[in-house]
Amino acid sequence: MNQNPTSQTSYESDNYVTINIGPSHPSMHGTLRIITMTDGETIVKAEPDIGYLHRGVEKLGESLTYHQFIPITDRLNYCSAIPNNVSYEMAVEKLMGVEVPEKAQLIRVIMMELARIADHQVCIGILGVDLGAFTPFFYLIIQREEIYEIFEWFNGARLTNTFGRIGGVDADLPDDFEERWEELKPNVRKANDETEKLLTHNRIWMDRTIGISAFSAEDALNRGFTGPCLRACGVKRDLRIDEPYCMYDKFKFEVPVGKNGDVFDRYIVRMIEMEESLKIIDQAYKLYKEMPSDAPLMARVPKVIKPPAGEVYSALESPNGELGFFVKSNGSANPYRIRIRPPCYMMFQALPELVKGEMVADLIACISSLNIIAGELDR
Amino acid sequence: MDDWLIAIIKVVCIWVWVLLIAVVMTWVERRGAGLIQDRPGPNRAGPWGLFQPLADGIKLFTKEEIIPTKARKILYILGPLLFSLPAFSAYAVVPFGDKIILGGKEIILQVSDVNIGFLFILAIGSMGVYGVILGGWGSTNKYSILGGLRSTAQMVSYEVPLGLALLAIVFVYGTFSLRDISLAQQGTFLGFLPNWGIFKQPLGFILFIVAAYAEANRVPFDLPEAESEIVSGYHTEYGSMRLGLYLFGEYVNLVTISGVIVALYFGSWHMPYIDLGAYLGPISWGIVSFCIFFLKVSFFLWMFVWVRWTLPRFRYDQVMGLGWRGLIPLALFNIFITALFIQLTV
Amino acid sequence: MDLKKRVEQYLGPEGLVVAMTECQGDLSAEVPKKNILDVMHLLRDTPDLGFNFLSDVFGVDNLDLNKPKKKPKKKTEEGEGAEAEEEPKEKGPSPPRYEVVYLLLCLERNERLQVKVRVAEDDMEVDSLYPIWKASDWPEREIFDMFGIRFKGHPNLKRLLMWDDFPAHPLRKDYPLEGQGEERHLVYDD
Repeated sequence: MNQNPTSQTSYESDNYVTINIGPSHPSMHGTLRIITMTDGETIVKAEPDIGYLHRGVEKLGESLTYHQFIPITDRLNYCSAIPNNVSYEMAVEKLMGVEVPEKAQLIRVIMMELARIADHQVCIGILGVDLGAFTPFFYLIIQREEIYEIFEWFNGARLTNTFGRIGGVDADLPDDFEERWEELKPNVRKANDETEKLLTHNRIWMDRTIGISAFSAEDALNRGFTGPCLRACGVKRDLRIDEPYCMYDKFKFEVPVGKNGDVFDRYIVRMIEMEESLKIIDQAYKLYKEMPSDAPLMARVPKVIKPPAGEVYSALESPNGELGFFVKSNGSANPYRIRIRPPCYMMFQALPELVKGEMVADLIACISSLNIIAGELDR
Repeated sequence: MDDWLIAIIKVVCIWVWVLLIAVVMTWVERRGAGLIQDRPGPNRAGPWGLFQPLADGIKLFTKEEIIPTKARKILYILGPLLFSLPAFSAYAVVPFGDKIILGGKEIILQVSDVNIGFLFILAIGSMGVYGVILGGWGSTNKYSILGGLRSTAQMVSYEVPLGLALLAIVFVYGTFSLRDISLAQQGTFLGFLPNWGIFKQPLGFILFIVAAYAEANRVPFDLPEAESEIVSGYHTEYGSMRLGLYLFGEYVNLVTISGVIVALYFGSWHMPYIDLGAYLGPISWGIVSFCIFFLKVSFFLWMFVWVRWTLPRFRYDQVMGLGWRGLIPLALFNIFITALFIQLTV
Repeated sequence: MDLKKRVEQYLGPEGLVVAMTECQGDLSAEVPKKNILDVMHLLRDTPDLGFNFLSDVFGVDNLDLNKPKKKPKKKTEEGEGAEAEEEPKEKGPSPPRYEVVYLLLCLERNERLQVKVRVAEDDMEVDSLYPIWKASDWPEREIFDMFGIRFKGHPNLKRLLMWDDFPAHPLRKDYPLEGQGEERHLVYDD
């Protein structure tokens, strides 16, 4: 029953060279592996092979309680743990029919948008590094460090935040958030400006990114693209606007849309999204300040979470795209089945089409621009 | 006998000197990266991290030498040697100052003033590619081979515009000797411009510096060792001092290239507008000319670092395209213009 | 017209809906396994439904839900061929053990629909959606990997996350979590 049902893809050829890129390779973002067949440096065939970071997260969830699973979600997209936490919490809250207090929602929005900025900063920085431009990476990563400082000072962890609880958040924003935020904001903008100056109109950068791994909107939808990569293809789809959650309908922000769906568009979309995120945080913090200081942070949820039997799917717009959790409960204290819908999973499977006929160097650019995070890819 | 002694002293001195610059360059590169990237850079070993190269050297020397089992041993060992030897010997014809008079004897500050200086540099420079291709091939690693291939194609392609740019210089000065060219750059022409190569060959200078960056495998032409694509290119499988030789050879190449740029295009040891040699004694002029030359070289060394931390990397086919479709036609055009000009004026 | 009625209107007459359930606003429609491709075509191409985006495909093992609740499950014996017989079968045929759930999304109206297919243990094959949505490529491979459900018409159905000769399907409910049980599933040959 365990035999391989399909023929093994053949990599034997007299005319082509098979190069095994990864799982241990400087630009394989963790443990990705791609088997490429190249004609000189042109890729004839590329096949991703994933699972090197598979930790059985979905299986683990079945034997943990609902709250115990929150730290596990940190380990999915480790570049931005907070949207993972919130997405999972939202799914369980939906299953229980719990309404989260507005103040908690605002705190979630602020933290998620900070995480989005941090994620995009890493993504763009790494894209630069993979294309040989080291310096923007440091400009961006220094600012990400500042964002991590805020995370750390908010809940004690930098990378794996374990943010929030089912039913709300556990702690209020500290008093001097405004101070730190006002200090951070111009620095983030400045780093972005410097990155733009170094990259956007750089002739080499344009040559390396424009038209590389372009994808049409139709193909992207067929392949299940979401998030910045789908928007780069010209589809205006953002769950924050299309299926608002966490009071996102109260904020005014633009959704940037690209045209060609190439590496350059993905880069530009992310750059603009960071700016929009800054605006959202400003608006959210303004709303937050209008709330009474003793407003509740947690909905009334029992100590032991036992949602009624049922199954729900809840998704939010994570920095990478639609991050969804399907939670099925049988009424006990452990989830019966948790399914995670990671955004980059759908995008990475399109890799063979994205890089066919491109060169090895473009393959690297393509992977970085899709922002493949092995943690959420393999789960 | 004296001549022999002087020659040996000069060889040893310049060898140590170039080595020293290369060592300091490894430090400058990393501190420069820190300066450009808002971070300290290496700052633990000694004041401002100055002993970092020393620590690196000790590390490289004391590391275990590993030869991959499947490597072709002879080629594998030969690679780094073939790469670094030409790098060390190319500086022999590059001047590092005017001349110094000691005990009534005139000593030119150049290891040897060969009358085919250029050709020597081009010939020795292209030897380096053997080290790269042999190392890449001998490692029996696909990434190494890719790196070696990229390097070969790149070096062979860019030697053409490099040679053509130099040819135009020969037209202008009528000699192959670097010392003669240096001497000819004194004074001004058209009344206000220093008599430097860059003002006589502006296009040639741009072509030369682009081709030189490509020859030195520096960003934006660092494809042979593009870390994100082919791990480390031709030296993926190398460790310990063999790797050290490759890395070191590269820095020595930078010194040579900077020296050539200064000697050909930036007036060598001459200050613009002022002829210091007329005011200073023979010994002090020797030292001052050396300092001026070295200052100019340092600027170009810094430019290598500066460019490296500013630009992204080209793609393989783009490098080839730039070389064959951009630089070579331009270089031919440059030669044509230069020849026409000389024909009409002389 | 709300989604449930619309789905029933278009799928109902042809007997393509077995059951419809709703949980906290999430609508799910169970459809017969043999008709899954027709259903998907209908759902995608009918303008009133227009589910043009496949969000995700995954499997669910209902072994524990189908079981009569008397005692917690014990350690499993000998691979997973054995547990089929272990299943108590006194009260008639138990419902099929596995489900494959398709999450569909209508981009124009932002409506979501779960389409469910039940897969019995004696017929572990479902039509692949690859011809309709290429997005189902890896999810289907993962279901094959994790549950052992085959997809007919999938171009490259092999294990996705586990290595090729991994002997079990780990997301099945009878796959032991730790200790010797797991060891017994893995056969190491030196």
